[in-house]
Amino acid sequence: MPSFDPSILQSGQYHDWLVQGFILSLQLTAASFVVALPLGAIVALMRTSAVAPLRAIGAVIVESIRNVPLLAHLLFWYFAFPELLPDAAREFLYAHNPEAVCAVVALSLYSGVHMAEDIRSGIRAVPASQVEAARSVGLGRFAAVRLVLLPQAFRASVPPLLSQTVNLWKDTSVATVIGAAEMMYQAARVETASFRSAEAFTFATLAYLTVSLLISLAAHLYQRRFPVRPA
Amino acid sequence: MLELIDTYWLYFLVGQYPDGPLGGLALTVLLSFGALLLAMPFGLLLGVARVSTRRSIRWPVATLVQLVRAVPLLLVVFWVYFFLPAVTGVKTGQATTMLMVLVLFDGVYLAEIVAAGIRALPKGQLESARSLGLSYPQALRLVVLPQTLRNGLPSIVSQLVSTIKATSLGYIIGLSEVSFIATQVNTLVFTQAVEVYLILALTYFILCFGLSRLAFLLERRMARAS
Amino acid sequence: MIVLDKVNKFYGDYHALVDISERVEKNEVVVVCGPSGSGKSTLIRTLNRLEEIDGGTISIDGRDIHARGLDVDRLRAGIGFVFQHFNLFPHLTVLENCTLAPVNLKRASLKEAREYALDLLQQVGLAHKRDAYPNALSGGQQQRVAIARALAMRPPIMLFDEPTSALDPEMVGEVLGVMRSLAHQGMTMVCVTHEMGFAREVADRIVFMSEGEILERAKPEDFFTNPQTPRAQQFLADRRRE
Repeated sequence: MPSFDPSILQSGQYHDWLVQGFILSLQLTAASFVVALPLGAIVALMRTSAVAPLRAIGAVIVESIRNVPLLAHLLFWYFAFPELLPDAAREFLYAHNPEAVCAVVALSLYSGVHMAEDIRSGIRAVPASQVEAARSVGLGRFAAVRLVLLPQAFRASVPPLLSQTVNLWKDTSVATVIGAAEMMYQAARVETASFRSAEAFTFATLAYLTVSLLISLAAHLYQRRFPVRPA
Repeated sequence: MLELIDTYWLYFLVGQYPDGPLGGLALTVLLSFGALLLAMPFGLLLGVARVSTRRSIRWPVATLVQLVRAVPLLLVVFWVYFFLPAVTGVKTGQATTMLMVLVLFDGVYLAEIVAAGIRALPKGQLESARSLGLSYPQALRLVVLPQTLRNGLPSIVSQLVSTIKATSLGYIIGLSEVSFIATQVNTLVFTQAVEVYLILALTYFILCFGLSRLAFLLERRMARAS
Repeated sequence: MIVLDKVNKFYGDYHALVDISERVEKNEVVVVCGPSGSGKSTLIRTLNRLEEIDGGTISIDGRDIHARGLDVDRLRAGIGFVFQHFNLFPHLTVLENCTLAPVNLKRASLKEAREYALDLLQQVGLAHKRDAYPNALSGGQQQRVAIARALAMRPPIMLFDEPTSALDPEMVGEVLGVMRSLAHQGMTMVCVTHEMGFAREVADRIVFMSEGEILERAKPEDFFTNPQTPRAQQFLADRRRE
């Protein structure tokens, strides 16, 4: 076995490929997060709504997305969905980085429903008596939710949401299946070109580990600084 | 859509078997169940180690768990499929690679379920078992773990659902699991991508949602029994 | 049979057991009582090493139970312990609860263990529940099974840690009845309990504890009619008011 040569990781073409992959992975994560979080909040509110049809729709959204693997979502959005578009829209998509766009769509939906469940459990963690107490001092329904329920729900939701963000970061690796040139794609590309699997995969491992551990550290610090104080 | 199903249902179900290795939905299911089963002893051992009073046992396991959870499953698949043969000289097949990686991941997640279950069990259970004269290993085997596994059954079923979804990653190294077969069919047919992938999604949905409901019912039944 | 000599225990800075010295002879029934937090449960749990001590010695049958190399499991197999919250094994039937230890510790074959267990269950009045699971039994029934389970190991000593404190009042009597007949059979017993009626009737000796120390030891009649220390007097006055 050829010896480990870290120099290829520090400069040169392979290094550039790997760094580009790392950057795209980060971009995919950020873009998907920005869409997933509001989406998750909306679905969570639907699932905890007093209106039964809204609750049902929310449940259907969550279950239909959650029970299908991310890879299958990616395949659908990349291979199947464009067929449903009118020709002009399809041409537009194909001209503007369809791999990344479809990846973000799939990742946003997949992550979004998981975040919805985390936010929902955060809402459920706040005892109903809290809202009752808020109404008893005269707060209207909307104000009670805004001032008493959501702040507490938010604090309870942050740790699982950060954990979900780590999952999102790791899930961007699956986008390689539709050809998005993120970290795993580039690592495999380096391996094929140079047979230096150890160096390429070490780079990827360190990249994933660092970001995962940073996010986990953030979660840990948040929990220390803003502990959940049960009512 | 119906003629699509009519033509390709067998291929979708078992891949090229018997003219080739098993594939399709059968492979997905077998691989998932097999991985979870094989991971059970591993998960039990790690889980017990997670709650050990001795730091020298607890910390290495905690570190392993943290590491495995911080990297994508696909990355580990790549390590095993591309790197390991260079070191050991033995080329592992796609199915074997996926099985090994899934057993690792399932073992780690099962360890967390087992550890949580052991911690959640009332202290008095272990105390009364030890008071009768049973040793710690005996108390674990006869009193703590049977209850932990029973209480953790809904979580274990959820882990099975995760495993089924994870088998899809075998696609990327060319394993003929159900997603790969779907794409093969799509390439053959070419004009019915939407139907093909909707069927794929539906298949996963029925399997995973069905198992999730089972987990939910189990949890309800256990809550009522206590 | 049980000898405690200057036993001390600390929880951090808190002195939970202070210079405890006491003897329990064979066939004696000793009741340990006192206000909450007096250390009575802690004390009884040190006897089978569910709690460890920080100073002093405890000997059972002449052997130091903290001696190096002593098999703790073997020690515990020779002592029956009944918990306040019963702690029956919910995944096993009543009969299986009683045969688990004897069979797995190779004290008896399954057949012998079953026979003896059924005999014990008969004595506590629950032979008809042998295939039931603990969650189908009332508290009083569960505690009686717990006593049978402890007796199945044929221990020469039985320890009871507030056996009736978690029971509804109407079930206290059935458990005390079992304990009473056990005492009449000559079992060496140490009971931590609030049941003063039981203590009066069955105990050979009362040991009164407060704040980690043994303040009084006396025969039941003496203790109840003529407590020596103000703490004991206060304690009995409170009990009478209940």
